[in-house]
Amino acid sequence: MRMDNLPSFIVAPDIVLQVRGLVTRFGGHTVHEGADLDVLRGEVLGVVGASGSGKSVLLKAVVGLIRPIAGHIRVLGHELGILSDTRRIALQSRCGVLFQDGALFSSLTVAQNVAVPLVEHTELSRPLIDEIVRVKIAMVGLPADAALKYPAELSGGMRKRAGLARALALDPEILLLDEPTAGLDPIGAAAFDELIGSLQQGLGLTVFMVTHDLDSLAAICDRIAVLLDRKLLVGTLDSLRQETNPWIRDYFGGPRGRAAFHSRS
Amino acid sequence: MTAEPGWLKSVCDGGTLLLAAGGCWNLSAASTLSTALAAVTLGPTPPGRIKLDLGRLEALDTVGALLLRQFRDRLTRQGHPVAVVNVRSEHIALLDAVWRAVDAPPVQAPERRPLREWVEQVGRGSIKALHGSYALISYFGLVIAALVRVLIHPRRLRTTALVYHMDHTGLRCLPILGLLSFLIGVVLAYQGAEQLRRLAAEIYVVNLLGLSILREIGILITAIIVAGRSGSAFTAQIGTMKVNQEIDAMRTLGLDPIEMLVVPRILALMLVMPLLAFFANMVALLGGATMSYILLDINFYQFVNQMRIPIDFWDAMVAMIKAPVFALVIAMVGCYEGLLVSGSAESVGLRTTKSVVESIFLVIVLNAFFSILFQLLHI
Repeated sequence: MRMDNLPSFIVAPDIVLQVRGLVTRFGGHTVHEGADLDVLRGEVLGVVGASGSGKSVLLKAVVGLIRPIAGHIRVLGHELGILSDTRRIALQSRCGVLFQDGALFSSLTVAQNVAVPLVEHTELSRPLIDEIVRVKIAMVGLPADAALKYPAELSGGMRKRAGLARALALDPEILLLDEPTAGLDPIGAAAFDELIGSLQQGLGLTVFMVTHDLDSLAAICDRIAVLLDRKLLVGTLDSLRQETNPWIRDYFGGPRGRAAFHSRS
Repeated sequence: MTAEPGWLKSVCDGGTLLLAAGGCWNLSAASTLSTALAAVTLGPTPPGRIKLDLGRLEALDTVGALLLRQFRDRLTRQGHPVAVVNVRSEHIALLDAVWRAVDAPPVQAPERRPLREWVEQVGRGSIKALHGSYALISYFGLVIAALVRVLIHPRRLRTTALVYHMDHTGLRCLPILGLLSFLIGVVLAYQGAEQLRRLAAEIYVVNLLGLSILREIGILITAIIVAGRSGSAFTAQIGTMKVNQEIDAMRTLGLDPIEMLVVPRILALMLVMPLLAFFANMVALLGGATMSYILLDINFYQFVNQMRIPIDFWDAMVAMIKAPVFALVIAMVGCYEGLLVSGSAESVGLRTTKSVVESIFLVIVLNAFFSILFQLLHI
């Protein structure tokens, strides 16, 4: 699990995730064309964009699920494209990913789901793994009896929390979230935002969050990346609100945006 | 990233034992740390006060925090209260979060009672079976009612859907059905020839092929391929629509899913299946004739002439009588299992498997009934 002997690139130490000139294409459709992004250690970065603008594709490229046509992706200083499989797997275990509906293994209980990365990637004793699993499940705010349930027996919000516990199983440095509050009621979504915020503070995580939820952006994101015309535009909430691009203006200045950001200030 | 692995040192200072933890207390060091901590024991005359100094920790993650907490708890349980001192500011939030999670009540696995569980399972199984048969009977009624409605008002029949399904279940089935039937004919002729040659009765290969293919094998092959190909497709199509809530949408729009989805599939398969069976019979006989020519030198004219002796009109009709019945069973089971899909994508897979197994089972059972029936009717 140690990454000490990996070839690393000279990047500023506080950039944990760097995307340069990313190009992805499906069939004839170009999703990204020269997208650049830096994610700094310890920040919460929200990625927004219109439906179909390639937010989830960006997340998949960053975690190495799809190979970009061109461009560089460096995660924790390591270039994804040139890593051998074993090293990429080792690197992936330092990134926790929460998929949209939790993506829990349906044949395993919640506790077994959270234990999977620990059993596969560490040599810890079984009692210690069980104890770690119990702590992680409690940390994401699930009741203790949820541990023995199967994903099908949980509500959507609980499945997301269980998926988060699994993503956090190996104490990753980067947490990548795909629409964490989609499909939750406003109270559940606010609670989930709060959970992510407190975990990020407590565990010192860097969070990369694809979202549509203006309240999440206002509540926990330090910076926001906007996917626009196949490129990324990064800024803080305040700087983006000064942008003149019509899509950004509509997004942040529309009635929902105004409501979300008004309540913040 | 050349961090010092985790360590724990003890210094005795008068009445106070100072335990200093340092280095990296994280996941990669957890295994070593865990065994090392378990080996720590206090001597026979323990000091009055124990302090756990965390000031020299370089890195700490949840596993490290958990190990520290377990260590502290163990000493406390043994009657040595431990004071945690000198926590670095960057570790406060993490320790707090993990230690609060440790305090959450542990999970208790429910007590197992084998006999009671067994009785419960039997009860649940019986009730499920009862509900299942009730649902099956009502489904059967709904389908018959919809079929009658369509027959009374032929304009309600979805002709486009009917033709589409005839194309998919019929025309597109021909290549695979033809290939398999031909091979079955070849194999039958080959096996028959071997045995009959010993009796110098090679020509009776034709009788064997004619009767077995026309009465049993042709239609069975057809039914099995159609169940595997079209029955499963029906379940998967309707099941996916169910998962997408398309069926619910139809109901809210005042459309009857049975009439829209089930009736065209049943009618299409019932119309197409006799044609498929006829095709399979002919190709299987062709395969048999080819093999007879190669192995036994029985040419095509001899083959056809010999065929006329044991085969009468009804032998040729048996498959055509069975075909629509088998088609009805396969289509009904396929659509029924599709409508039973609940919620998840996983359920589509389960139901599809079930639909194929059930329809093949029913086809073979029905085939046995047909044999008895034809025997009684002297057909």
